[in-house]
Order: sequence, then C-alpha cells, then structure tokens
Amino acid sequence: MIALLMRDLRLAVRAGGGFGLGLAFFLIVVTLVPFGVGPEGKILARIAPGILWVGALLACLLSLDRIFALDYEDGSLDLLVTAPVPLEGVVSIKALAHWITTGLPLVVAAPVFGILLHLPQGAHVWMVISLLLGTPALSVLGTFGAALTVGLKRGGLLLSLLVLPFYVPTLIFGAELVRRGAEGMNTETPLLMLAGITAATVALVPFASAAAIRVNLR
Amino acid sequence: MSIWEYANPVKFMKTTDKILPWTVGVAAITLIVGLVWGYFFVPAAENFGGSVKVIYVHVPAAMMAINIWVMMVVTSLIWLIRRHHVSALAAKAAAPIGAVMTLIALITGAVWGQPMWGTWWEWDPRLTSFLILFLFYLGYIALWAAVENPDTAADLTGVLSLVGGVFAVLSRYAANFWNQGLHQGATLSMDSEQHIADVYWFPLLLCMAGFIFFFLALVLIRTRTEVRARRLGAIQQRERMA
Amino acid sequence: MSMLSVEGLAVSRGGLPVLEGLSFSLDAGHALVLRGPNGVGKTTLLRTLAGLQPALAGTVSMPPESMAYAAHSDGLKSTLTVRENLGFWASVYATNDIEPALKRMNLQSLETRPAHSLSAGQKRRLGLARLLVTGRPIWVLDEPTVSLDTASVALFAEAVRGHLANGGAALIATHIDLGLNEAKVLDLTPFKAKTPEEGGMQGAFDEAFL
Repeated sequence: MIALLMRDLRLAVRAGGGFGLGLAFFLIVVTLVPFGVGPEGKILARIAPGILWVGALLACLLSLDRIFALDYEDGSLDLLVTAPVPLEGVVSIKALAHWITTGLPLVVAAPVFGILLHLPQGAHVWMVISLLLGTPALSVLGTFGAALTVGLKRGGLLLSLLVLPFYVPTLIFGAELVRRGAEGMNTETPLLMLAGITAATVALVPFASAAAIRVNLR
Repeated sequence: MSIWEYANPVKFMKTTDKILPWTVGVAAITLIVGLVWGYFFVPAAENFGGSVKVIYVHVPAAMMAINIWVMMVVTSLIWLIRRHHVSALAAKAAAPIGAVMTLIALITGAVWGQPMWGTWWEWDPRLTSFLILFLFYLGYIALWAAVENPDTAADLTGVLSLVGGVFAVLSRYAANFWNQGLHQGATLSMDSEQHIADVYWFPLLLCMAGFIFFFLALVLIRTRTEVRARRLGAIQQRERMA
Repeated sequence: MSMLSVEGLAVSRGGLPVLEGLSFSLDAGHALVLRGPNGVGKTTLLRTLAGLQPALAGTVSMPPESMAYAAHSDGLKSTLTVRENLGFWASVYATNDIEPALKRMNLQSLETRPAHSLSAGQKRRLGLARLLVTGRPIWVLDEPTVSLDTASVALFAEAVRGHLANGGAALIATHIDLGLNEAKVLDLTPFKAKTPEEGGMQGAFDEAFL
C-alpha cells in the first residue's frame, strides 16, 4: 500500500507527471477573475472565498482523468486488480496520492493567492481550515468519477459532468465556512458538516469506486 | 408465480402489450380532465391571480422529477442484485423523462415566479436543488450513452444512481443551509399545498395522477423500445456466431 | 499433482459466449500452451482465470494466491527506473527481494535506467522479472513473446523452463512457436461456443431477449 503511494507520488513529480499543473491553473483562475469583475478591492474581498473555492475545485478536476487512465492504458491496472491487495485500498491510496499532489498544494497556496483577491485578514486561517477539511472529499469523489469513466476513450468531459454535481455540498459548506469565519459569525455548523461529509465520503465512496473499476475491467 | 417472472423480457413484452393501451388511455383522460378543470373551471385566487394555474403542471412535474430518480434507484438496485435486464432498461428509459420533468418544473417555476416575485430566477434552496438534480440526470444519461457494452453501462449507471441519489439529497440540505445563511428571513415560501383550498386541490390531485400515468405510459413505451433494441443486438450477435 | 484444474468452463466476451465445455489440468513442473486463431477467446480465457471477469459456467480450482497474471502490456511505468518498477511489484506481493530476479533476467546493468529507454526485448524481460518477484507458482501469460526477436524468445523459454524446474507451472497463450518442446499444446478451436440450437449452453447473456 505504501509502495503504491510512493510510486504514484514519484510518477507525479517525474517528467510529464503533471505535478503543479493544478496549482498553475489555480493561479490563472485567481488572476483572471479581477479582469472579469473589475479591480475594486471591496468587491474582490466579498467574492474571494467563493472564487478561491471554485478555483480549487476546478484545479482539482483538472488532474482527475490521470488517476486511473494511465494505469489502464499500460496494463498496470489489470495487474493491480489481480495483485494481493484489496481494490478498495488501491482506490483509497490513489485518492490520497491525488490529494497530496493536488489538494495539499492548493491548501498551502490558497492564503497566498487570497492576498491577490483582498481576502479579509481574519478569513485566511478559515480558508486553510476549510480547504484542508474539504479537498480530501474532492479527491475521493473525483476518484469515483475516474473509476466510472476509466474504460472510455474520451472520458475527460464526461468525467467533469459526472463529478461536478457531487462537489456541490462540499463547495457550499466550504465557502460558507470561510464567509462566516471572515464575518466573525458562528462557524460550528458548516465546520461540522464539512468534516462530516468528508469523513463519510472517504469511508464509503471507495467501495463504489472499486465496484466501478471491477465492472470496467470485466 | 412470482413477480420476478415479469422481469423476463419476453414475458414483459407480452404483458405490457396488453397493459399499455389502458395506461395510455387513463393517462390521457386524467390529464385532459385535470388540466381543463384546473385551467378553465377554477376561480382565480384573490392573492395569486391567473398565474396560479401553472401549479397544475408545475407541482406534478416537480413531484415526478424527484420520484423518477427514486424509481431509477430502485430499478438499478434490482438490476445490481438480481440481474434482471428489464429493470436496468427501465431505469435507462426513465432517465430522459426525469430530466424533462425537472426542466418543466424549472421552467414553469420561472414562469410562475416572474409575476409573483418579480424575478425569473431566485437562488432559493428548492430551485437550486432542482437545478442540481437536473445536472445529475444529465450525467446519468451521458454515462449510459458513453459506455458501449450494455451490461457494463447498466452496472456503472446503477452505481452512479445510488451514489448520486445520496448526494442529490445532501445537496438539497446543503442548499437549504446555504441560502438561509445569506438571506435570513427573506425566504419565499413555495409550500402552496399547505394552505390550498379544496377547489384547487382536487384538480391538482387529478393532474398528479395524470402525470403518474403519463410517466408510466412513456416509460413502458421507452422500455419496450430498449428491449427491442437489445433483441436486435442479440439476433445480430447470434448471426455472427453462426 | 495438479496445481490448476478447470472443469466445464465457459467464458464470455461482451455478453457473448466464446468458449465452452473447456476442461484441462496443469501439473507442477509443466507448461500448457494455448493455441487458436484470433478471436477464439485466448485472452478472455486467461482474464477469466485471473479473476478479472466472471465465468459463465464451470469451475476453476487452484490454491489461493498462487497465480500471477501478465497481459499483453507489461504494466511498466516509463518514468520509473527498472529497479523502481520491479521494487514496486515486489512490495505489492510482499516478496521484497528483487536481486535474484534482476540477475536471472540479466537486467543488473540496466537497473538505474528509466523504463522508457529500454528496448522492446528489455521491457519484456523486465515484465518477466516482475513475474519472478511475485513468487507465485502458476504463471498465466498472454502473448508473452510479442515484439521479441529469436534470441529474446529463447531467453524467455529459458526463464519459463527455470520456473518449471523450480516446481512452477505456466499457462501460455501464443501464436508463435516458443521452442518449449516439452510443453503440452491445447488448441481452443474445438471449444468454440455453439449457438443454443446446435446444443450450446443455455442462459447465456442476451438469450433472454430472444
């Protein structure tokens, strides 16, 4: 299991692995938004939590189709399924690797990019907390979408269509947490809901993903 | 005799052959009577005006939009557990109807909302969750269309309908929380059933029944088409084998 | 002693039965070569045996965790080195020592090279080394000699012989002569699935619709 994690991380940072692509995309989103809505600090500050969350979500989406497609093409997915490791575990490790290479950099970068968007002072810490709690769910749900579309030749667009509706609850509670935190309101409810969704997703969705992979390899 | 016998495609075709005309007939009668009653023989409500009549389409469509997904979850479960092909095909046949019902609910809602609230669209939790439900329908249909092997497609969409159902409900509650959080106290109540007078209620009931039979008729016709398409495929495969 | 035995097996591809009534057994120290024209169902059969897809009918019996499967492609990661590729599979199968495998497949001089810089024959040797590190006695190989020259085919045959001599067994689907003269050959053509009218098996997938 750890070997699989190490392998996926190594593959991500080697040439052509696509590490950092999500982060660059995130920066581009953050850069483009002020061009669209105007440079006024007040407006930007108001929409910053939402923009950062939507940006993180899209950046996460960008690298999803690599999770299984590459292993499927070179045959290692077949070999992994026949190997003496539970497929549910393989799926979870893949999601973890995706989170470490995509979600974690976003968590670290979000407060920095927040400065560009005039994110209010008090909101930075909430931004980090909300992304830290929410992005694992994004990776796990993305793995589910990738598992559903693994055998398809042009699955990329379909993957986005399938996965994005699943992101709605996480997005709502994540962005709400930052907004409430920035305004000094009670943050307990969105915090607990966000953590609850992530915990349930991480615990249960890998079973669905593994089932989908088994069906796709049949 | 068990109910599973009707899951055999041949038996299903025979039975529905007899049932279908009746279903279509009942659907036509209830829908026509309900809609005509609702539109022409109900007094205009004092505080709603003429626009209230859209509820005879809006409420049944909204009801169907949700229940069709429930039906898809149930038929998908039957397929995943008992491997009855007709069940999977019924889920496939129901999805586009569900999507259209959701769309009708959204559009009639906008038509109703415009004179009532002065806006075509409001990010009310209900409206929002219907929009999300519509997206789930689109994803489900797209997945069916994308996977070539019908068995694989049935399995994958089955799993999707289960997980999607959970997240659709979750989105509904999340949306509830989200809007309440922003516009405290400014929510627009859409629960018209609660304070509706009998004059409006009876034709509405009839329309709801009409929509249910309309859906049944459509889903039977579409499932029969799917069964025929599969039979065609089976015959072609047989020829290739010989 | 029989390691793998197959009784009345029927397999399907895309909902269509392709092989049926297939029975054979494989003893330790022996190899069985599966032959047959394209599309007869060699790959489908091997995938079924490997547990990647369910069988339509019949039984497959073998000791648990005794099979290693190798498909057309080797499952190599082109940006990882030979040692990293092999080490990964060794830890997945919890065998961990890759030195003997490197040595037997003559890969020691290449161990720090990334897999994309290997020739086709070297890649295939690495794929065989992967089989060695699994430590599994039954090898199930699908077209193992694709893209190999005569010398590499000989090396492959040597590797299989070594495996058999150590008490292993191998099931190999192939088109070309491997030079494994001691191996039994099973032609799959007679087991081609018949239509139900010709007495083929009932209840195959799409029959319900007819």
